[in-house]
Amino acid sequence: MTVATQSTVPAAQTAGPTGPAAPAVAAGPAGGGPGGTRQRRRGERGPLASFGLHLGLLAGAFIALFPPFWLLVTSFKPRSESFSLSLTADFSFDNYQYVINETAFLTWFGNSLLIVVVTTFLAVFISSTTGYALSRFKFPGMRSLMWTLLITQMFPMAVLIVPLYNLMSRYGLLNQPVGLIVTYLTIAVPFCAWMMKGFFDTIPVSIDESGRVDGLSPFGTYWRLVLPLAKPGIAVTAFYSFVTAWAEVAYATAFLTGEQNLTLAGGLQTFVNQHTQDWHHMTAAAVLIAVPAALVFGYAQRHLQAGLTAGATKS
Amino acid sequence: MADASGPPAVAAGGGTTAPAAGPAADRKETGPAGPGGRPGPGALTRLRRGLATHWYAWVMVAPVVAVIGVIVGWPLVRGLYLTFTDADESNVERRIGVNTIDASYEFVGLQNYVDVLTGGHFWDKLVWTVVWTVSCVVITFVIGLTLANMLNRKVRGRSLYRIALILPWAIPAFVSVFAWRMLYNERSGILNAALEGGGLSAMSWLTDPFWAKVSVIAVNVWLGVPFMLIAMLGALQSIPAEQYEAAEMDGATAWQRFWNITLPGVRSVSATVVLLSSIWTFNMFPVIFLLTGGGPVGSTDILVTEAFKLAFQRSPRDFAGSATWGVLILILLILFALVYRRALRQQGDKEGAW
Repeated sequence: MTVATQSTVPAAQTAGPTGPAAPAVAAGPAGGGPGGTRQRRRGERGPLASFGLHLGLLAGAFIALFPPFWLLVTSFKPRSESFSLSLTADFSFDNYQYVINETAFLTWFGNSLLIVVVTTFLAVFISSTTGYALSRFKFPGMRSLMWTLLITQMFPMAVLIVPLYNLMSRYGLLNQPVGLIVTYLTIAVPFCAWMMKGFFDTIPVSIDESGRVDGLSPFGTYWRLVLPLAKPGIAVTAFYSFVTAWAEVAYATAFLTGEQNLTLAGGLQTFVNQHTQDWHHMTAAAVLIAVPAALVFGYAQRHLQAGLTAGATKS
Repeated sequence: MADASGPPAVAAGGGTTAPAAGPAADRKETGPAGPGGRPGPGALTRLRRGLATHWYAWVMVAPVVAVIGVIVGWPLVRGLYLTFTDADESNVERRIGVNTIDASYEFVGLQNYVDVLTGGHFWDKLVWTVVWTVSCVVITFVIGLTLANMLNRKVRGRSLYRIALILPWAIPAFVSVFAWRMLYNERSGILNAALEGGGLSAMSWLTDPFWAKVSVIAVNVWLGVPFMLIAMLGALQSIPAEQYEAAEMDGATAWQRFWNITLPGVRSVSATVVLLSSIWTFNMFPVIFLLTGGGPVGSTDILVTEAFKLAFQRSPRDFAGSATWGVLILILLILFALVYRRALRQQGDKEGAW
């Protein structure tokens, strides 16, 4: 496993920010020069190829956008029109009003927010020093710790869910936010430690050395010099564990019952199940969940790519 | 990452860069005692010397070691123990009001493993899980690589396409799955409306065993493509443009360039991405649980959803059985990762990535 993951990074990293950078292949007009004038220059296409390219991309974009788009459209329709094919039928905000005022939606939202924020904060807090130690020092037990972190990340939920459920039930933590926070930490802590090691790897060791020369202890170096530099990495790490916990379904379904205790993942299931088919309310709730998530994602996206690449830019 | 979808592990992959291979130079602080000082004199002396040299590293990793030991290690050991018992709903320790009823399950040795491995159910689910994983990963990979190739050119509206294509990643998976359930709706979903509009007959997307399998795979591919696309785009952009220029001057066709430059160029990234998404897909709980609930009649249940149902949806709840499935799933995953790694190594990855 160790090795497995290793490879990705260097290649991906070199890529640099995936975003706006000119595509390497098509980029250089310079390259076309000596080839001869009769040929098309590099990066140029015939009209047919261009048409095909756009057709393919449009098809892909359409398939990617349609389900969420349809969800949005449906959320403004009344129940009787939930499955009608028209874009707008009796446009109204009734579904939203109902979801917000008549259901426990806001409670679920609050539960989710509380659980996820505390999980993220604790995970980052607990694991940052470990990431630093793994990045900078070589110490007995280091290899086994790295393996543990890797294998823990591979753990299927099915391995831990039963014993965790039994332990939670013994200590009365079922249906408590604390129970779910502890559960999510089993996912978030190994992940954050692992990821932060990657970020610390990108910070030059010479910074540590200069700190040590100036008489700082290893902790002082970490706290005063390296940690401030690692802030973007910490933000990305936090973002990832936030998103993961926000979208978690299995534990939330198993550990939480009772309408007031659910998180969003459980709450959304209450609209459409064996007993009810409230598609119109479900769509409104779904939009209310998806929009903030998509906004956060969009905002963090740029940093996210920097983060993806940061891990491997060693030396 | 139990059922973490796309994002996190990418970065996990990213973080992995330097595990053991990290340049020794990075570890200046180790001091000379580092790698060389293994065969020391007495155990006690070694420990003392180790403490003196490494105490700060150990202090720094202590929180994580403690937390993982308590919240992962302890449940794991308990889970392992449960697989050797007959624990179910009626005999585990539980609370009723203020009273606690003690556990009364008994040790049954390897009985659970024998039952699971000799019955046909586990193997049926395993076969479908493998089919599910392989088809999801292969299709996602092909689509992701194709789209990345298309995006990795000068195209008008490139950034718009890119945003549209990664949108499925930005929405929590459990929300998207519900959107798909609406589209798939047999009586009035838009997919069937489109089919009927085109003169075809409507399909039982989620209630026919075969089409239900196709449907869950389609949704998982839809969810997985954005991650694959971004990873592959990164890989493509890391291929030096000069290689293409040189090939073109030597008269290589587009196909030859793709085959001889692009594919080798994305090989090491692909290796990791495929490993990661195989593991995620193998463990993908929400798509199947929320889309079909494993139905019709369990035909889309993969190993993890079945293990979940054993403990939480069937009655009586079979905790021991579910834990046994969980342990077997973990063993399968670890075996897979090891075999995969060895296979890649035997192919000889000359780039030294592995």
